[in-house]
Amino acid sequence: MTGVLVSTTINGDPVQFACPTDEVLLDSLRNRVGLTGAKEGCGTGDCGSCSITLDGRLVCACLVLGVEANGREIGTVEGLVENGKLHPLQEKFIEHAALQCGICTPGFLVAAKALLTKNPNPSEEQIRYALAGNLCRCTGYDKIVRAVQAAAKEMRKK
Amino acid sequence: MGHDTNYQDRDFKIVGTRVKRPDGIDKVTGRAKYGADTFAPGQLVAKVLRSPHAHALIKKIDISKAEKLPGVKAVITSADLPDLTGSNRSMTDILENCMARGRALYHGHAVAAVAAIDEQTAKQALKLIKVTYKQLPHVTDLDEAMLPGAPIIQDFVKQDGQPSNIAGISTFGHGDVDAGFAEADVIVEKSYKTEQTHQGYIEPHACLASVNSDGSGELWVTTQGHFSFRVVCSTLLGLDMAKLKVTSSEIGGGFGGKTHVWTEPLALALSRKANRPVKLVMTRDEVFKASGPTSSTSMDIKIGAKKDGTITAATAVLRYQDGAFPGIWGMLGAMTAYACYDLKNVKTVGHDILVNRPKVAAYRAPSAPMAAFGVESTMDLVANEIGMSPLDFRIKNAAKEGTKASYGPVYGPIGIGPTLEAVKNHPHMRAKLKKNQGRGMACGFWFNFGGQTCVDLNVGPDGTVSLTIGTIDVGGSRASLSLIVAEELGIPYDQVRTNVGDTASLGHNDTTEGSRGTFSSGMAAIFAAREAIGVLRARAAKMWDIPVEDVVWANGTATAVGDKHSNLPPLSLKQIAAKAPSTGGPIAGHNEVVADNAGVSFASHICDVEVDPETGGTKILRYTVVQDAGKAIHPDYVEGQFQGGAAQGIGWALNEEYIYGADGCLQNTGFLDYRIPVCSDLPFIDTQILEIPNPNHPYGVRGVGETSIVPPLAAIGNAVSHAAGVRMTHIPMSAPRILKAIEEAKA
Repeated sequence: MTGVLVSTTINGDPVQFACPTDEVLLDSLRNRVGLTGAKEGCGTGDCGSCSITLDGRLVCACLVLGVEANGREIGTVEGLVENGKLHPLQEKFIEHAALQCGICTPGFLVAAKALLTKNPNPSEEQIRYALAGNLCRCTGYDKIVRAVQAAAKEMRKK
Repeated sequence: MGHDTNYQDRDFKIVGTRVKRPDGIDKVTGRAKYGADTFAPGQLVAKVLRSPHAHALIKKIDISKAEKLPGVKAVITSADLPDLTGSNRSMTDILENCMARGRALYHGHAVAAVAAIDEQTAKQALKLIKVTYKQLPHVTDLDEAMLPGAPIIQDFVKQDGQPSNIAGISTFGHGDVDAGFAEADVIVEKSYKTEQTHQGYIEPHACLASVNSDGSGELWVTTQGHFSFRVVCSTLLGLDMAKLKVTSSEIGGGFGGKTHVWTEPLALALSRKANRPVKLVMTRDEVFKASGPTSSTSMDIKIGAKKDGTITAATAVLRYQDGAFPGIWGMLGAMTAYACYDLKNVKTVGHDILVNRPKVAAYRAPSAPMAAFGVESTMDLVANEIGMSPLDFRIKNAAKEGTKASYGPVYGPIGIGPTLEAVKNHPHMRAKLKKNQGRGMACGFWFNFGGQTCVDLNVGPDGTVSLTIGTIDVGGSRASLSLIVAEELGIPYDQVRTNVGDTASLGHNDTTEGSRGTFSSGMAAIFAAREAIGVLRARAAKMWDIPVEDVVWANGTATAVGDKHSNLPPLSLKQIAAKAPSTGGPIAGHNEVVADNAGVSFASHICDVEVDPETGGTKILRYTVVQDAGKAIHPDYVEGQFQGGAAQGIGWALNEEYIYGADGCLQNTGFLDYRIPVCSDLPFIDTQILEIPNPNHPYGVRGVGETSIVPPLAAIGNAVSHAAGVRMTHIPMSAPRILKAIEEAKA
């Protein structure tokens, strides 16, 4: 096993970790950095539960190697809270009962934030397609879409 | 101690409001800890070696090289799991399913397991285990498994003294179906098939096991029933039940699939052998191959009716695939098939069939959706034959209070008629359809379950209240139970917190299945709160030095009644709690109950689809769920259950299926090839909650979690059949299957 030291920025903080070259970033984040908000639902990039941003781009952390994070900026669900305040998406997910078991919720929040950063006023269809890479088995997506719509509206007020 | 479980009509103040769930912030911030989210000092990582064959004798397993690999701390085979199950065959089946004993019974059956210092080492060790197999003939199709000469899956299963793959035959019904069919003006007979599907919970099975050298241990696990896991794991490993503490993590979906142990006993056995904590997380590939999907089925349905729409007789012969171990799935199909209707003559026969596939587990109203697909499709055909609308035909034959159900009991007040009337009045039924579009509707039934339940309710020194429950919370039930306690005590919702206790904190609680979480823990919470109110009244009486009979509890305060006490200002819960040290100590209420008489549940669904005649692809245009909840404690999470069940049903109806090759191996073991509905596949799912109180619950609650998956296969089947102009009889109605049916109809 060959270990490599990786220097990265996670949710704005400088973070270093050492990992084998064949380890995926999801495992590095969960097992080495201690950030377990991103979940492994499939390990093949099909479920979106491990959604994070890498230099602002939405990716599945199970499809990125830990060593690829070197010198780059990572955003995870743990970074959504700013100054102790929940992000409007987090507020609306709770308010609209957009989660049941909650295992997919971190991925949905990260993906929805990435959508609203690019498009502050998405249509229902744009929301549905933007979130089509995130699987939820509990909700039928109804309340998730409504929560994202409500959060987008709230954020446009600011 | 007996309790009055009868429904009492009342005006609710807090129950029925849409409050924020107590675990919400943890779950939107990534702090909530699921099965794979916890770590122990010195923990090892476990991996499981699985059979590459559908059916094979295991001649030899050589673990010597794996054991010698640096970093490997334990390797186990079935030799490390001696059979301690005695004559309990179902427990033996669980043991054998956890790890093959001389014979691999399906592709993915565990044959050995490794615990090592890290995942890389564990994976490397698996490659060093040498298993010598002798492949045996296999069968994965349930109809083929019933044919003479089919490979026999289990030697102990016999019919008429001969080895057989028919593990059970269950018959239900009443009346004389031959006489009933003789009276019929119209008879429709049709055969149907449904393919095997998986619950598809997003969180794979995961646990952290720790067994000490003195035989005590702990298990952190994602489960629907940590008390049941304790019973099974301690039995299989020969541990004292009280010495094994099982803690349920947050659970990332279950739908019945987390009611059974799969790898947990292996993790415990590895931990015992290595004398270190062991973490075992299944991959998605393993979840598909070796957890517990639902049955594939084939069935023959026959319904006869008079021209006026009265059903004179109905039969169903149902064949349900159990995987490699006997189950009760055919029996449940036979019980539920005609439960929606008031029938004079009815007979259903359920067969449980063994094949070389994984051991089937419950999937949300297990077995009911398939039987409903056959029955509700045939109902449409009969209605069409006699020239009646399918809705009116169902209304005419709907079961009602006093109906003798096809599976035996006589119904109390039930919701099938009201859901059908609601469908009739729903604007969805009047919406216009365009070319290539079709509308279907269907009904569904589920029993619901109560079971052994206990809770503790403790009043804190500051007057806040904590409720400890032993059912797990997979969809917001902690919020619902806090609402119930707040209602009963007359205090604000945010003064109550509900937590799931571990197996050392409470007495045995049955697995959270049968839509029982809010029903049964809610019932126990009501009784515990009432007990606590008795204590609070006694403490207030003591503080005032008056007889307890002169103290009433209302709106969260104790009030002294009677002219003598008019000068006493009411005492709040907080004031009474503050004085607890000098009035008798901690204030609590407890309850242990077998929550019998879970109210039966009915739903009717409406679905509009558009079928592309060139590709066979189907789009769900509109979907409406109408279901009786008894009482919706937290309407958001009741709607969530309705919507989630409908969405799972949509995936099952149109797309999801286990695909086995000629080699008996499962070919689609990931979410790319086993495609569940994604956000862009679905419309908003409309819901209408009806509240016909369950007479056997103080608040009228019926379970709400399962019935919503029962009607979709048939509702969509009827809609697709109308849109495509050809009757669909094989689920899933995937694009190639629809296209083939359209082309065959043209030919």
